[in-house]
Amino acid sequence: MKQLLYSKRLAPYLFILPFLVTLAVFWIVPLGRSFVMSTQEVLYGQATFIGLDNYERLWRDRIFWQALYNSLRYTVLTLVLLIPIPLALAALINSNIGSARIKAFFKASMFVPALTSVVVAGIVFRLIFAESDVAIMNQVADFLGFGPVRWLRGDATGLVALLAIALWRWTGVNTMYFLAGMQAIPTEYYEAASIDGASKVRQFIHITIPNIRPTIVYVVTISVYGGLSMFLESFMLYAGNNSPNNQGLTVVGYLYRKGIEENDLGFASAVGVVLLAVIMAINISYLVASGTFKKEAA
Amino acid sequence: MVVAALAVTALTACGGGQQEAPAKNADGSTTLDMWTFADVHATYYEEMAERWNEANPDNEIKLEVTVYPYDDMHNKLQLAVNSGEGLPDVVDIEVNKFANFVKGEHPPLVDLTEAAAPYKDDIVQARLDLYSKDGKVYGFPTHVGAFTTFYNTEALEGAGIDYTTIKTWDDFKEAGVRYNEETGKAFGVASTSVMFLEPLITAQLGGQFFDADGNVQVNSPEVVETLAMMKDMQDAGAISTIPGGSPDSEEAYGAINDGDYAAIVYPAWYTSRFVDYMPDLAGKVAIAPAPVTDDAVVQTIGGGGTGASVPAVSPNKDLAAEWLAFAKLSPEANVAVWQVLGFDPVNMAVWEDEDVTKDPENKFNEYFQTNLFDVLGEVKDGIGHFESFSDPNWPTVDDTFRTVTLNEIYENGTSAQEALDQTQADLQNQLGQ
Repeated sequence: MKQLLYSKRLAPYLFILPFLVTLAVFWIVPLGRSFVMSTQEVLYGQATFIGLDNYERLWRDRIFWQALYNSLRYTVLTLVLLIPIPLALAALINSNIGSARIKAFFKASMFVPALTSVVVAGIVFRLIFAESDVAIMNQVADFLGFGPVRWLRGDATGLVALLAIALWRWTGVNTMYFLAGMQAIPTEYYEAASIDGASKVRQFIHITIPNIRPTIVYVVTISVYGGLSMFLESFMLYAGNNSPNNQGLTVVGYLYRKGIEENDLGFASAVGVVLLAVIMAINISYLVASGTFKKEAA
Repeated sequence: MVVAALAVTALTACGGGQQEAPAKNADGSTTLDMWTFADVHATYYEEMAERWNEANPDNEIKLEVTVYPYDDMHNKLQLAVNSGEGLPDVVDIEVNKFANFVKGEHPPLVDLTEAAAPYKDDIVQARLDLYSKDGKVYGFPTHVGAFTTFYNTEALEGAGIDYTTIKTWDDFKEAGVRYNEETGKAFGVASTSVMFLEPLITAQLGGQFFDADGNVQVNSPEVVETLAMMKDMQDAGAISTIPGGSPDSEEAYGAINDGDYAAIVYPAWYTSRFVDYMPDLAGKVAIAPAPVTDDAVVQTIGGGGTGASVPAVSPNKDLAAEWLAFAKLSPEANVAVWQVLGFDPVNMAVWEDEDVTKDPENKFNEYFQTNLFDVLGEVKDGIGHFESFSDPNWPTVDDTFRTVTLNEIYENGTSAQEALDQTQADLQNQLGQ
């Protein structure tokens, strides 16, 4: 045993083995099974090979395309909101403005939503956006001189509610990522820049942004994945998977509806495989375009 | 070492699933786990477990009921039957979900035909058919669910409307329009998240949602006529959408209780919702038969329902099946279905037993102006079985209507023909037909 642990050749493999085993058991095997199941019709205790029938049905399925559109739309809008806003907040926290104690409190309170359960948050947001004219958002609407709005009945207003949850929940997390990136930038850069007469804005654009590029790449990557695989927020907001006209249906929601609610596991597996392909295609092309792979190779 | 332990854990986690032998508790009783999705059902089953124990002191059961929300329970059950793990001994399955659990050649539920045999002759066959497949009974019904109309007579009197004159949908529409013009309030309900009225009217017109070969046919003339009729009533002001999407939701209970809706056409089991959730209307609500179309093929059908089943892997399945037959099909169970739940029981003999039906102490008799069984007596011979409800693809059809079609028609103003043609195309593709 001792020999093995001290062996330069074998020890590294031994150390990463637990990770590899978990990866294989909980990830690779289920993934492989999904591929297999996506070519089958699965019933209780019987599975029949049906080739690519599930994919063919998927291709012609209007609801699937609607779900994909909903997921993509949500992903793009969360990126539009959840990169610039946290970036600005992080810059603010990282600046000299305000006392350290207030900033510490601010950071902590921004992060709390990420620790709360989506289930609880979803229910609370559902009540906030309820149809009744005494619900919070309708009181706000009333104060601003319009409404009452039937928030969760309309496509656009329903999307506003979903984005509100995303914003509330992830702003703090993204701010923390950016802040960590910013604090790793040596202060000499800023000193040199200010001696040369660069304004704060120019410093931000020419020093901060290029230096936290890896962080931005990382945040965008996980946001794309998070946005496309969003399910629970919509499930809780609409009190189930059936939103009016499927306006809140996401790809994962559709997978869940087909596989769990309608017991069509083969078809649901096909949805999962397609989602995997879409996410990989977007993320890999983004990572290639942002030069992440090149840097590692160099 | 750690790795070895991890690998072993992983292997055992995958290799479980042996069936346990029936186990008795120290006091000789057997514990039965049960899942349901309605609080009132739990109360009922606990009562029936007590009565069983009184009658069978040598074979007592200890019933442990867990109540989950509707969607959660069915989803949890779906996962459990697919893996064969973590199942209860008895489970309530709602009729719109039932077909999912009897798909394929090896349904994961126990064949209950034999357990039903002693009671079969008194039970409305149509309700057993709802939970049967290939001649085998997989679930026991709770109620008939005949459609009735609940009129808020106080509100109607204010507008000078006599509900007893409403017999057909034309009468209903006329009264609704007048009520709406007089009071500015809504009369009937156009539900978007529940589909009950549409199957009822389609059945009255003699139609179905599937053709004779089981292919989906939701743009058939009868279904189109049904939805066009509903749309027409909505446009005229006789029916309106309701907060929460259907009368059976919390937001709607509040609105109905406040007198915002005067006429609710719903299955008879809706009595329990009035008594439990709308206390302000006590003494103000009359029950009457549901409206019919001219030359109706059937007067009413059974709407909604819950089939109680026994999962095939249950170690106590024989006892569970025996108790379940007692709890749902026996004459005393059917009396309790009315007394505890306020539902119209599937054992028709109970409908005629005036000691039970006319009991002045009964909370349902106290609440309503008219007696439910007088109303049921009027429609008794006209209750049809709506075959589409037991089609294996009904869950998908029902789901599509509740999320898309009804919303398109009642909320977005799409014409019935257009919305149904679109639904037909979607469903044909989804079901691979």
